[in-house]
Amino acid sequence: MTFSPQLEAKLEKLINSYPAGRRKSALIPMLMFTQDEVGSVTPELVNEVAKRIGIPPVQVDEVVTYYSMLHKKPMGKYHVQVCTNISCLLWDADKLYEHACHKLGLGHKEVSPDGLISLEEVECMGACSWAPAVQVNYDFHHHVTAEKFDEIIEALKKTKTQ
Amino acid sequence: MLFNPPSPLEIKVLTKRFGLPNSAHIDTYLANDGYQAFVKSLDMTQDAIIQEVKDSNLRGRGGAGFPTGMKWGFCPRNSPKPKYIVVNSDESEPGTCKDRVLIENDPHLLIEGVLIAAQAVGAKAGYIYVRGEYRYLIDILDKAIGEAYAKGYLGKNILGRGVDFDLYTHTGAGAYECGEESALLESLEGKRGQPRIRPPFPAVAGLYQCPTVLNNVETFAAVPSILQMGGKAWADLGVPKAGGTKLTCLTGHVNKTGVYELPLGFPVDKMINEVGGGMRSGKKMKAFIPGGSSCPVLTGDEAWPLTMDYDAMAKAGTMLGSGGVIIMDEDTDMVKAALRIMHFYQHESCGWCIPCREGTTWIKKLLTRLNNGIGTGKDIDLVGDLANNMLGRTFCPLGDAAALPTASIVKKFRHEFEAKIKSTMVAIPAAANNPFVVV
Repeated sequence: MTFSPQLEAKLEKLINSYPAGRRKSALIPMLMFTQDEVGSVTPELVNEVAKRIGIPPVQVDEVVTYYSMLHKKPMGKYHVQVCTNISCLLWDADKLYEHACHKLGLGHKEVSPDGLISLEEVECMGACSWAPAVQVNYDFHHHVTAEKFDEIIEALKKTKTQ
Repeated sequence: MLFNPPSPLEIKVLTKRFGLPNSAHIDTYLANDGYQAFVKSLDMTQDAIIQEVKDSNLRGRGGAGFPTGMKWGFCPRNSPKPKYIVVNSDESEPGTCKDRVLIENDPHLLIEGVLIAAQAVGAKAGYIYVRGEYRYLIDILDKAIGEAYAKGYLGKNILGRGVDFDLYTHTGAGAYECGEESALLESLEGKRGQPRIRPPFPAVAGLYQCPTVLNNVETFAAVPSILQMGGKAWADLGVPKAGGTKLTCLTGHVNKTGVYELPLGFPVDKMINEVGGGMRSGKKMKAFIPGGSSCPVLTGDEAWPLTMDYDAMAKAGTMLGSGGVIIMDEDTDMVKAALRIMHFYQHESCGWCIPCREGTTWIKKLLTRLNNGIGTGKDIDLVGDLANNMLGRTFCPLGDAAALPTASIVKKFRHEFEAKIKSTMVAIPAAANNPFVVV
């Protein structure tokens, strides 16, 4: 497997961030960065990462199953994450999530048929003082109301027609 | 970028550069006393740096509140092994969003704090473990680290003084458990984030089994001002036994939610009514959590007279924690809140030890039943019983973090659980009249 030149450069720098003989430390960042490009942690990616780090693929697999941001199945191009943890809940995040389900016609960890948008109910993402919060891929949206949520989604859908 | 306007009641020590144009850039930092404390530390002995931090009464800002100077003192400086600095930026405690603001607005403050810690113990390399969701902060940090290398504050022969130090960022991938220091180290070594048995503590055998200084972002960020002001002056900002200021995240039902830098020992009523602009819609406060959802819950009446410091909170039966204040008004459904909190811990339990893995799962099942109104009185007792049996019986504090708020909610708001059962109680005909109903 080969990645884009930018990602290859990033991975090169990553591997060299750790002391000699400690390449395994690069495992989780390497999975995160490559997942962003590949779309999900595919069996080929597991083998590739294992080869680059020099560990058996099973050691990669056991890490993939532990971390909630590593997905074995592809999520949408835009992964919409709604926090419903306590601080967001106090600002009616449960109702916002319900609204999101209806608006998108999706449930927890479901992907739209065209692969554009996926939805996930997530745990605290560190935006507690600006609740309720939504993250689209890595972008934060604060104080999200039902109307604001619709605007975000419409803007995402527009990117497809462009 | 600031997410909320500052309050005039804040004492701005760590956040003094917030709001300056281009505050994350090294030029802004250098123009505003940046890296002065580090330059000062180059002329100090290791013991003198650690003593200054001890004098400041700085206590770990991640939640446990362990004295930082003492923690640094545990690091065996004469060990032949390499020493490491690890920054815990896996901020995932529900209600906490302060490290994010610190890094976004002033990444060089963190870098300078790390450099001073490295001087204090003789470390040559450091890692900043940032939670996966904060990807944009990694970009900000990488840029800041690049600037620091370019200006000679990182790398080989720093400022021509013969000191070497390399600093790297490292991303997590979504696991609350990795905020626990030993699980974080496992994750940093490329493994599942499961806690290690302690002792040995990370100060002695941390990253790669080498001596490691591991602290929260805010703890490191406090160190430059300690060296500049002097430990004693910094301590005087707070209360005896807990010095300085604390970034406090006001969340929940207040008018002005946001992150504010308040001195330790700040009164709760002033914090809510003046800094926070009062309760939302003028409602009464029903419940109060001082520092993230792991802390035991206080009722509004218990919380009003308190002050925000470690000892006052401990005396009231809770913890200052991470500074993530969660305020709930009179309309809050406490059964639902208890369920949501337990839902989180059940999801985040690493599954390694049984009291936590099974305890959180069973309590969540019981709370779901109670929240749906199909629980029984016995379920309420069972929730409290299970929570009390988890306490102190798990490898890491996650078990306690799940049990403490649950046990306190059940104890203090039992009437709400009972009301919920009663509100949906179905009258079942006596068995004699209806032989088909099995009760």
